Amino acid sequence: MNESLTFHFDVDGTDFTSAGQASANVKRSLRQLGLAPDIIRQVSIAMYEGEINMVIHAGGGEADVTVFEDKIEIVLKDHGPGIKDIDLAMQEGYSTATDTVRSLGFGAGMGLPNMKRYTDEMHIETEVGKGTTIKMYVNLTD
Amino acid sequence: MTVNELAAKCSLNPVAVPDGEKEVEGGYAGDLLSWVMGRARENCAWITIMSNINIVAVASLADIGCIILAEGVTADENVIATANEKGVNILSTQMTAYETAVAIGKLI
Ligand SMILES: Nc1ncnc2c1ncn2[C@@H]1O[C@H](COP(=O)(O)OP(=O)(O)O)[C@@H](O)[C@H]1O
Ligand SMILES: [Mg+2]
Repeated sequence: MNESLTFHFDVDGTDFTSAGQASANVKRSLRQLGLAPDIIRQVSIAMYEGEINMVIHAGGGEADVTVFEDKIEIVLKDHGPGIKDIDLAMQEGYSTATDTVRSLGFGAGMGLPNMKRYTDEMHIETEVGKGTTIKMYVNLTD
Repeated sequence: MTVNELAAKCSLNPVAVPDGEKEVEGGYAGDLLSWVMGRARENCAWITIMSNINIVAVASLADIGCIILAEGVTADENVIATANEKGVNILSTQMTAYETAVAIGKLI
């Protein structure tokens, strides 16, 4: 009854072109579960932004998604450089992305704000030099 | 209006049209991927000059109705194959982004 469904992914930090595979997989699974399209869209966008951040800022990481009865939890964990100033990083337009990353259309500094916008709850744990763990929740009930 | 109808009425070239009967509503223009994900509505026509593989992931995850590559921008084989595989529609045109928006804005 209380069994929850979990998904685990290793996110490759070396390849921009395949970035988004974990998010695409989760999207497919949530569709199969028959969840509402707007919920799936919220989860997909928030997770993709987080997945991209792990690739472009942290050299990859791990993603764990759990579907509970009343919410979906997305946990993104990396061992990258960490975020020095979370308030600054959360500001729209703030980005430390490289020119290469920008030339691909990323690095607009809107990723973290989008993650916050599309989820009901978001927590960032980060330590400079150690890594970052971001937990996001999307409610399934109003 | 469906993607196929929009393509026909605005003389947009089919680049990858795996889901041509999909209904498109409204549009969005922009090349910064996070702006698109933050602002574009689902099922919209997304006008861009960005043509790398990541546009397919963005369009798929954000439920974009179709991508329209403006200004004569082309997509490479890998992008086309991935779009077909993921069910992402891509059209193209020689029109500028502005002209494209004006053209589709009369219809959707
Ligand atoms: N997982 C992460 N590890 C280290 N730094 C990060 C991470 N995620 C975000 N950041 C920092 O926060 C900034 C803002 O992130 P975001 O809003 O996604 O914008 P963007 O990715 O476009 O730069 C990044 O430029 C980067 O400096
Ligand atoms: Mg980002």
